[in-house]
Amino acid sequence: MIKNILNLGDAALYCDFGQDVNKTINSNVIKYYNNIKKLNIESINNITPSYNKLIISFDLNKIKFNELKNIIEKIHIDDDEKLLGKQIEIPVCCEEPYSLDLSELERKLNLTKEIILNNFFKNEYFCYMTGFIAGMPFLGDINESLRAKRLETPRVKVPKGSVGITEQFTNIYTFESPGGWNIIGNTPLKVFDSSKEIEPNLINPGDTVLFKRISKEEYLNYE
Amino acid sequence: MSENIFKVIRPGINTTFQDKGRSNLYHLGIPFSGAMDNRNYLLANKLVGNDLNNPVLEFAFQGPLLKYSGEKINLVITGDVSFKIKHNDNEIEGNCYETYEIHNEDEIDILSTNKSVYGYLSIAGSFDVSYQWGSCSTNTKSNIGANNGLKLQDNQIIKISKISNNFSKKKINYINSKIEKIRVIKGTNFDYFSKTAISNFFEKEFKVSKLSDRMGMRLEGVKLENIKTSNIKSEGLIKGVIQVPGDGNPIIMLSDHGTIGGYPKIGVIISADYDRLVQIPPGSNIKFQQVELSDAETLYKMYEMNTHNLISQI
Repeated sequence: MIKNILNLGDAALYCDFGQDVNKTINSNVIKYYNNIKKLNIESINNITPSYNKLIISFDLNKIKFNELKNIIEKIHIDDDEKLLGKQIEIPVCCEEPYSLDLSELERKLNLTKEIILNNFFKNEYFCYMTGFIAGMPFLGDINESLRAKRLETPRVKVPKGSVGITEQFTNIYTFESPGGWNIIGNTPLKVFDSSKEIEPNLINPGDTVLFKRISKEEYLNYE
Repeated sequence: MSENIFKVIRPGINTTFQDKGRSNLYHLGIPFSGAMDNRNYLLANKLVGNDLNNPVLEFAFQGPLLKYSGEKINLVITGDVSFKIKHNDNEIEGNCYETYEIHNEDEIDILSTNKSVYGYLSIAGSFDVSYQWGSCSTNTKSNIGANNGLKLQDNQIIKISKISNNFSKKKINYINSKIEKIRVIKGTNFDYFSKTAISNFFEKEFKVSKLSDRMGMRLEGVKLENIKTSNIKSEGLIKGVIQVPGDGNPIIMLSDHGTIGGYPKIGVIISADYDRLVQIPPGSNIKFQQVELSDAETLYKMYEMNTHNLISQI
């Protein structure tokens, strides 16, 4: 449930669902997102769901903060409603030269490479949100044994397709971008396709992701 | 029929096609983009008689040098821009907000945006550009929009798909006002900062860093002390949000900003001041002033009214 609605500047609502990050709270954020979207409110420019917040930006020529706040406060969601997410398989190669931080992770986590990868590939992951860069999914939760801090010095360029982990989350870099996540491998799959007008993102909030380990040969021959 | 084209002899520093931007895509990670200075963008279109949401060329600092080939066409440049038009062996200094008739073989040389950042070139007609999600706006970080998501390149051709007939010359006198203080509404993490940090934020001057671009404006000055944590759980951003990372130097989110971010938000620039904020060049000092939501709403209404009046006079 929304605990509090604040203004973020003069043209956005900041809907606060609390401080915790878990599937239940995030599912509520996504349900609100879905319900507001269905209402097709013309004055809304963007709705951004994240772990435990929902930001709604609007056209200040058409509506003001208090008016839109009243509309959003009247929306109710069903706690028991199940999110209908897709299941998506993502092939990942964790061999050189794709596993940029795997050796460093062995040291950071005090685990062997094999244990790290086994613990990573055995779970399925829930997509909490997408964004930062176009199509980048934030997935969780990873096994407790794999939780590591970000790199001390972020990379200026993380290669496109990189699969990273940090704290309780794993993500996929859809573009070459700066970033500080610990990179364990790379996927040959196109996770964001800008040529698609509809559904350019392969993975959306509420979806479930299963990673599949592939060899370098499979990676290079992937179509 | 021969083609009407511009040849890009010099692309300029960051010249891109822009329109009003694309909405309802933040949830996918796709930014709003669009012309940085909305008022000058609208004026550029109105002066040449276009629809207000027509694509224009936006340039920053040094603009492009373009050579025209085709039947006569009218164009205008808006902003605070120095430019020259070469016709045969004759060269004239151009005035912003005044339309010019351009002929085959003429050159437009956009030298600089003077004491500002962005300027706009609009033609009476339409550039031949591709659209993505209802907008041509180019986002060079995600390679989205017109020109394959790239800024203008050396020696490329810009095609013109339509030239408007029935054109009458237009000119207005407009001076871009400089802004003394950027007005700010306190952010959702205002209480993450020490009392000293808050008073410094509103009393001290900050210098605009060279590392600023269409994604964000970085500021340098007194470091803002965080008394809670410099990392929050990533959440949605909008343009104008001022984030403060661990190093204490504020970053203002601009039109191509990442859709989510994890640094505390000390404030948000009011909508009425955005156009003038983005025009403040690197090296300049800026100062912030706190206002309440209701003030911001009134100031925006006035800003919109002024924009509307300007446009309806043309």
